[in-house]
Amino acid sequence: MSYLIDRRLNGKNKSTVNRQRFLRRYKKHIKQAVADAINKRSITDIDSGENITIPDRDVKEPIFSHGTGGDRSTIHPGNKEFVPGDQLPRNGSDSQSGRQASDSGEGLDDFIFQISHSEFLDFMFEDLELPNLIKRDLMGSKSFVYRRAGYTTTGTPNQINIVRTLKTANARRIALGGGSRKKLEKLKAELLELHGQLSPDTEKISVLEEKIAAIAKKLKRIPFIDSFDIKYNLSIKQPLPSSKAVMFCIMDVSGSMDQATKELAKRFFILLYLFLQRNYDHTDVVFIRHHTSAKEVDEEEFFYSRETGGTIVSSALKLMKTIMEQRYPVAEWNIYGAQASDGDNWNDDSSTCTTLLQHNILPQLQYFSYIEITNQDPQNLWHQYQLLAQQFPDVFAIQKIADASDIYPVFRQLFARRQS
Amino acid sequence: MKPAKQKPRYISTGSDWSFSLIEQYEEAIDTIAKDFGLDTYPNQIEIISAEQMMDAYSSSGMPMLYHHWSYGKHFAAIDHSYRRGQMGLAYEIVINSSPCIAYLMEENTMTMQALVMAHACYGHNSFFKGNYLFRTWTEADSIIDYLLFARNYIHRCEQRYGETEVETLLDSCHALMNYGVDRYKRPHPISAEKEALQQQQREDQLQRQVNDLWRTIPGGKSDSENSTPAPFPLEPQENLLYFIEKNAPLLEPWQREVIRIVRKIAQYFYPQRQTQMMNEGWACFWHYTILNEMYDRGLVNDAFILEFLQSHTSVIAQPPFDSPHYSGINPYCLGFAMMTDLRRMCEHPTEEDREWFPDIAGLPWQQTLQFAMRNFKDESFVLQFLSPKVIRDLKLFCAHDDDRLPHIEITAIHNNAGYQRIREQLAGQYNLGDREPNLQVHAIDVRGNRSMHLHHYQYNRKPLGKDTMQVLKHLHHLWGFDIHLLSLQDDEVTESYHYPEIVAADHPQY
Repeated sequence: MSYLIDRRLNGKNKSTVNRQRFLRRYKKHIKQAVADAINKRSITDIDSGENITIPDRDVKEPIFSHGTGGDRSTIHPGNKEFVPGDQLPRNGSDSQSGRQASDSGEGLDDFIFQISHSEFLDFMFEDLELPNLIKRDLMGSKSFVYRRAGYTTTGTPNQINIVRTLKTANARRIALGGGSRKKLEKLKAELLELHGQLSPDTEKISVLEEKIAAIAKKLKRIPFIDSFDIKYNLSIKQPLPSSKAVMFCIMDVSGSMDQATKELAKRFFILLYLFLQRNYDHTDVVFIRHHTSAKEVDEEEFFYSRETGGTIVSSALKLMKTIMEQRYPVAEWNIYGAQASDGDNWNDDSSTCTTLLQHNILPQLQYFSYIEITNQDPQNLWHQYQLLAQQFPDVFAIQKIADASDIYPVFRQLFARRQS
Repeated sequence: MKPAKQKPRYISTGSDWSFSLIEQYEEAIDTIAKDFGLDTYPNQIEIISAEQMMDAYSSSGMPMLYHHWSYGKHFAAIDHSYRRGQMGLAYEIVINSSPCIAYLMEENTMTMQALVMAHACYGHNSFFKGNYLFRTWTEADSIIDYLLFARNYIHRCEQRYGETEVETLLDSCHALMNYGVDRYKRPHPISAEKEALQQQQREDQLQRQVNDLWRTIPGGKSDSENSTPAPFPLEPQENLLYFIEKNAPLLEPWQREVIRIVRKIAQYFYPQRQTQMMNEGWACFWHYTILNEMYDRGLVNDAFILEFLQSHTSVIAQPPFDSPHYSGINPYCLGFAMMTDLRRMCEHPTEEDREWFPDIAGLPWQQTLQFAMRNFKDESFVLQFLSPKVIRDLKLFCAHDDDRLPHIEITAIHNNAGYQRIREQLAGQYNLGDREPNLQVHAIDVRGNRSMHLHHYQYNRKPLGKDTMQVLKHLHHLWGFDIHLLSLQDDEVTESYHYPEIVAADHPQY
């Protein structure tokens, strides 16, 4: 007797729990591997999974076993030229002791496995948080949730609430049959009394019995369940508040920014973007590049087109302010700003920037980060921003990046979970 | 004598499978298997996807097992190498239960499905039902229920005492899993219902017994004071997990129950570890015989049989010792060679066979094979049935490696002088007691610091491996007090291990 069962539709991730426990156990190793990976990777594949390598000795499950040494004989297949009495050197490649050593001894191989993209991001952004509370908004939300909201008399059969329905039906039966039942009891009592007499009055009895039968029939006609007894579970649609974020990427594209510097800036922007994407249902990105004047551009142009000219940072901030006013009402949007520059600015422009940020931009923002990509000493803009950072410690942060390996640590520093 | 090939009436000719085709093939295989006299549990054949196969694979093939990180680790490793194409998945997994559950992977061709059905649903299945080790050590009817009970119990423990607590306990149990088996005593059959019922009673009972052993209040004046307490345990104990479950002083009842669960599962796998070569050889022999019979009966075409032979030969391939792919003797190869040779000796015995195997040469082959399958395990099977022909075919030789000598010496090859020695050595290689260090609980310091003293009896001077201290740490975690392990060669201590480690060189002698 055989049964054939198709199990393909059953859940396939039976091992998920085990896998998560494994990842949790080796968190330290994996985090290290993730941090290394971010620094090593090219920009474009920051979005894929990662091979994680853990030293084998750390994941090994120890058991009692034999070590090397002692007196052992082993049988092997495929003899070619050996005859009894042959003596072989112990460490030759044609001897079998090498094999045995790796069977029982410690293998030097590392344990390698793959984590998925989302697991990668989990580890990447672990312990980071967005510094300011997320605003949620009902407008424009696309998702709904159904919530229970009592009972109703109309609905589809699958929503019938049986307990409630039977309660109502029971109440109705009691209410409708109440009078008749009382009468019935009374008549039955009378009948009993008549039967109890020494000489029962048969005529009276038959009359009573007829009456009883009539009432019983009437009672029986009360339906057990009636259409208006049926109650349905009522569920109503409630919009789920969704969170939206816009990220302004501001970059200096003046002559002093070379391609390598832009790459660094791009990495930082991508990290920030991925991070926002994880925290918000919907994320917009606005690219603003500037030299002496600012322009909103698309991603391609933002990172790859070359222009030269002087540097006036305030032009970009002005444009950002205009765009915020036109398209991103503060009430609905969580606004983030990220500015990357090599620190170059027109000398008397830096104070304009400070004023602009101080009065018009920062009060509206969730967070604004400025990174200066340079090996040299900070310039004018940095000093101005430093003052501002003291004024707005919660929303404004500045950091310096010298090369690619700084990006992830700096990012973690900017968004490290704060002790409250 | 094979009958002449019958007029073909192929079941199918393409490589695609469908449910109705699988049913037809299964029916055909079933008929042939019955003709050959195979006795099996009912089959439950489940079609699964590759990913589900990996799931099953990483939890020792069991359909449900409690959660533990090590299964996640296996899964990650399998997943990684499968994705990179470094390894194919096992074609099949079969579970020793009744009904016998076998998994077929949806990616397989029709030929592979037929091969797997013949191999697992009739080969392994009949082995599970017939072999004496499986018959005495496992209860095929109740294993699935027991696993379910175990998983629920451990899940409840996790909720009550925390995942980390349970995890460290399981880690320690797994380290000693191979020492959680009664090697000689027939265990009680496990049944999920009874387990659940008895579990509460057992908790109370156990705790009382443990408390008795460790009672510190003097029982009465008469028997205390100067009389030395009886040694405990009275006899050395080899089942470490059992000993700990019953006697560890500080364990909570639930911890004892978890140890018991790991022990029971170890017990369930114990016959499989002792009969791997035979079991695979038996299954390979039968898939080979059954599918060839299907070809002879005209049920399958040439393409089918060629595809089958291609898979079959790669399964039973044995790379020679100097090949880079060599990793010991392939159990499929040796098992298949020996089973096939048994049949040959019955059907076409030579003079040599009559001399070596007077009992079976020329007997009906089906009964002989059944007898061999039912009454032996790997070790005794090799000792009894490894014939000179198989030794010659595989060109087996024996290498003797003594660390006191500068060279490895070849002591036997496939010639008259060597057959007997090769046979004995190979049988020894399949002896679990030989493969695993022989460790026993020797004494417990009942009246003192409650330390546990273990003896390791060396076999051929083989020392303990590098993991020993790690395992002792786990043992210490379970026992709760000091652990002392002495490694003995002919009653002479050659090595000693202590956890926690003793700084001074001297350790208590007893």
